[in-house]
Order: sequence, then C-alpha cells, then structure tokens
Amino acid sequence: MEIITIIIPLLAAAVQSGTPILYATLGEIITEKSGVLNLGVEGAMIIGALAGFIVSRYTGSPVLGFFAAGIAGSFATSIHGVVCLWFQGNQVVSGLALTILGAGLANYLGTSYVGLSAPGFSPVAVPLLSSIPVLGPIFFKHDILVYISYCIPPVMCLFFTSTRFGLGLRAAGEYPAAATAAGLNVLAYRWFGILAGGFLMGLGGAYLSLAYTHLWTTNLTGGRGWIAVALVIFAFWRPGRAVLGAYLFGSVMALQLRLQALGTQLPSSILLMLPYVLTVFVLVMSSWRKKTNEEPAALGVNVEPAD
Amino acid sequence: MFHIRITKRQEPLSVGGSCLVLLSALILSLLLSGLLLFLRGTPPVDGIVTLFQGAFGSRWAIEDSILKAIPIFLCSLGVAIAFRLQIWNIGAEGQFALGAIGATWVALSFPQWPKIALLPAMVLAAAVAGGGWGMIPAILRQRLKTNEIIVTLMMNYIAILFLEYLVYGVWKDPTSFGFPMTPEFSEQAIVGKIGTTSINWGLAHCLILGVLVWGFFKFTRTGFEVKACGDNVRAARYAGLPYDRLVVLVMVLSGALAGWAGFLEASATVNRLQPSIMVGYGYTAIVVAWLARLHPLSIGIASFLLAGLRVGVENIQLDLQVPAAFGGIIEGLILLTVLAGGLFTHYRLVRGKK
Repeated sequence: MEIITIIIPLLAAAVQSGTPILYATLGEIITEKSGVLNLGVEGAMIIGALAGFIVSRYTGSPVLGFFAAGIAGSFATSIHGVVCLWFQGNQVVSGLALTILGAGLANYLGTSYVGLSAPGFSPVAVPLLSSIPVLGPIFFKHDILVYISYCIPPVMCLFFTSTRFGLGLRAAGEYPAAATAAGLNVLAYRWFGILAGGFLMGLGGAYLSLAYTHLWTTNLTGGRGWIAVALVIFAFWRPGRAVLGAYLFGSVMALQLRLQALGTQLPSSILLMLPYVLTVFVLVMSSWRKKTNEEPAALGVNVEPAD
Repeated sequence: MFHIRITKRQEPLSVGGSCLVLLSALILSLLLSGLLLFLRGTPPVDGIVTLFQGAFGSRWAIEDSILKAIPIFLCSLGVAIAFRLQIWNIGAEGQFALGAIGATWVALSFPQWPKIALLPAMVLAAAVAGGGWGMIPAILRQRLKTNEIIVTLMMNYIAILFLEYLVYGVWKDPTSFGFPMTPEFSEQAIVGKIGTTSINWGLAHCLILGVLVWGFFKFTRTGFEVKACGDNVRAARYAGLPYDRLVVLVMVLSGALAGWAGFLEASATVNRLQPSIMVGYGYTAIVVAWLARLHPLSIGIASFLLAGLRVGVENIQLDLQVPAAFGGIIEGLILLTVLAGGLFTHYRLVRGKK
C-alpha cells in the first residue's frame, strides 16, 4: 500500500507534465507527415504560451486564451511556411530561426507580465471514470485540456489512414512529385501541415501557462519543444507512440520535481539534466532498434516551383 | 490583373545582385524590428539610431563589439565547417561551455606554470573538451544514424547544467560570498590585452584560425573532400570518399573551435569560470555562418555586425528600457529574411501570365 500511495500521485503528475509535450509532438507529427521539417516547435510553443496567457488575463476566459494560443502557434509556424514553401528557404535553418525569433518575441512582449498570473484551468474529475481504482486517479482527475489531448491521437490516426485529405497529406510528404502528377496541390497540403501543427504546438504552450502553472515566466517552455522534435522520431511518426513518449518524459520531469522537493543529496543541476539526457538516450535507442524507416521520404525537401 | 510567377534563372545571381538582396533583407528586418519597438511605445527611429550608436558610435563601442565578435567568430567558423558537410551542428553553445570548463580545469590545477606552458595547455584542454563534446553526436550519427540536430542541442542544455554544477559546487570560490564562480585565474592563465585597448589577443587567434580554415578548404585534400561530400553525399560516396570519417572530423574541428572560444571567454574576458559567460554566442554563430554563406572572411564581417547588434541592444536596454530579448528578435528576423532572399539566387519573379 505504501508504494501505491507514492506512485499514483507521481504517475498523475507524469500525465500532467507530459501533456504539453504531447500536444507539441502531435503537432510536429502532422507537419512532418506533410513533408515539412519544422524545428521551430519551441518558438511556436512559447508564442502560444504568451498569447494564451495575455488573452486569458484580459478577457478572464481561459477557453478564449486556449484558442488564441492555437492561433498564435499557427501564426508563428506560418512564418516557417512563408520562408520554406514560398521562398524555398532551408527548412533546418528556418526552423532554428523561428526558435530564436519566438523566444525573443515572447520574452520581449512578455517582460511586463513576468510573475503575474492569469485565470487558468483547474482539475475536474470525470464522473464514474475517476472512481476506477488506480487508473481513475492517474488519468481522470485532471483539467479539461488533458482530456482533450486524449482525444487527439485517435482522431489523427483516423485522419491519416481513412480520410482522403489525410492520405493526400501523407503523399505530399512521401512523394510530392507523384502527388503533383496525381493532381494534388502539394503546397496546400504542406500549408495545412504547418498551420495545423502550429495550432497544436500553440496549445501545448498554453497548457504550460494556463494549466501547468497559471503564471508567466521567461523561458517557460525550457526545451520542451526540442524534446517534442525528438519524440517524433521516437514515435516513428505514429500518434499512439507519441503518447507513450510524452508520458515517459512527463514521469521523468515529475520524478525530478519530487526528488527536488524531498531534498535529495543530488545537486539540482544534475537533476535538471535528466530530461535532456533521457532525450539523447531515447533517440539512440530508437535509432538502434529501427527496423523499418518510417520517416516521410520527402521530409525536409522543398518542392521546386514549376516553370 | 497582374500575376507574379517564379522562373528559374539561366545563371546564378551576380555578386552585386546578391549584395542587394542581402541588404534588402537586413533593411526589412530592421524595419520589422522598428515596428516592434513602436508596439511597445519606444520611438522606433530613436531606438534603431541608439542601437547603432551603441554598437559602432564610439571607440569604446567598437572595441566592445570586437570583443564580443571574437567568441562569435570562432564558434561560427566551427559551425560553418560542419555545415559545409551538411552536418547540422547546433551544439556550439555546449562545446563552448566544455571548452571553458577544460581550460578552467587546467588553470585551476596548474596555476604556477609559466605563461608559455600554461596558456597552450589551456588551449589544448579546451579544444579536446570541446572537440570531444562534438565527437559524441558525430559517432552516434555515424554508427546509428542518430539525428545530430537534436543530440547537439540537448547536449547544450547538459553542458550548461554541468558548468553550473561545477561553479555552484566543487569549483566554487569560497571567498565569493555565495556567487557562483570559480576563484580568479592566476596571472599566467590570463590572455592579455593588445596595447592600451580593451581588446584581447584572442583577436590574433581569430585571424590565424580564420586563415587556417580558409586554407583547409582551399588547399587540402580533406577540405576538398568535405566540400564534395557536402555538395552531393551520394555521388561522393560512389567516388569512394570517406564520408563517415569526415563527419567525425568536422564535428571534432567544429567543437574544438567553439571550445577555443570558451577558453578565450573564461581566460581573457572574465578571468574565471562563471555561468554568465553563457549568453548564446553559440546560437548567434549559426546566424552568422548562414549570413556569411560559410565563407571565413564573410564570417569575420558578419560576426562583427552581430556582435555590434548585441552591444547596441545593451545600449537601448539602458537608454530606452527595451528588454534584452530584442536582440533575439533581430537575429531571428535577419536569419529568416536572408533565408527567404536566397530564393533570388536561383530564381526570379516575372510579371504576367504563364
């Protein structure tokens, strides 16, 4: 019994810390499936976090803030779209630039909000489900944003495998020349991938400023966007495995906080390293065990304008 | 109605044309930055003028810009070597940290050595530590095809936390009143200043290393192989070029140069190791490398400009209370507009219908 009372709150905390990473990872999966590599996840997330925070603070409605965060995320990634889809810019460098710009913008526009709070989301237990032993307290005593994140992976799977639009999007990422020959508008699919992905990244950012904390601080995202980029590879571009990866990171972050609170002998800088070390480890493991290459074949390759 | 479409150029854009595109990109990013100043209620023209005055407006300002250009130049030179091979080393920041750590270890362990032995030993330790830190992602990429972008980036976070661990813990100066820093280096471990200026001899290191890297690509066989593989990996592999070994080589060189920058920052600028040396030079280096199209001489000019930008931002921070993050915004905008401008190297816009 002793162990259960420690582990259940820890796993519940893992789901909570994993949720922003999950949103961002799912966003990056959509973008990469359309053939666009967006390394600006971190930038899109932090812009979303700030937009959500400001809108919620001024309107008093966290729901509006949440949607504003998504729109701000799409706006941020649309910059990547303009540079890569219209101007044929290098996708790696453009994504990095978006990260630098996003962090700069959020810290610049957010300076006067540092330390202030905004109305956010509070936990709501799901009736019936939350009374299931063990699983109930781990998965069903969270805020509504966590429940929304449960619904996205199955929807995405259906979208990729069973809808015409989803198949077209994958074609744009696998073999754009063939997709064009089949009469599909590759650029339109890629725009969708970038904007929809940015929307989810923005939501992930909003989770940090509106549910995880209700505060604004500088560098709120703390590398979570980059962890999301790594998790896409770990997840083999599958939404289901992204859930697994996000909660794995969530549990390490939760454990790290718990250990810090308990006051271990380990210095805090070593504890803070854990998620980053784990990212490298997870990447190494997934490249080790890679049997089939599931990366979209045209990932990161721009489509040249037809003459 | 006018239609604008993109057509391929018969020949790449001329040098003059490229400069024009670059200039337009810089002006566009300054205009956008000015707009952001305006949004926060800072007079934009005043802001930009104050920024430039702070960066290049006085002897002191220019010296400060050169001082900051030194680490940016070395990191960027390293990053450019890796980018030539299409290896995305985003880890200059971490390799810089490791270099500073390596140099500090030597400086604190052998403070009594004569300068002529101690400084080279510090350089060596910095280059080995930085190069070794760069080698890890290279080996992982070579053996397991692990994505080097994410590994190098994660290793930045790890390196900075490791540096903090050292200066908050084992290396902490007992007389520092709780500030996280090592004791000051001994006289022999400090790279001195040139004449009466505030610029240190690191500037000379930059010149020598810049010429060496230029010569490496211009005259050596290995340099040629790196360029060939970077242009077309598959063709180079068919030609029997040792791509995998080159990956490790460029990452070690890249890391060693960033490590050298870390050495200079610890030894010449702050005379000790402290977390405040980590101000993101490694990321600025990426912007510089891309801006300069990976050419050493252009990297020198671009380092000076972006270092000036940092100094200028400090100036408007003091004079007009603009947040420091403004610097990141301009850097990001410059990189994005320059990237977009790259389109005109191979394409042009034509008016009219197909």
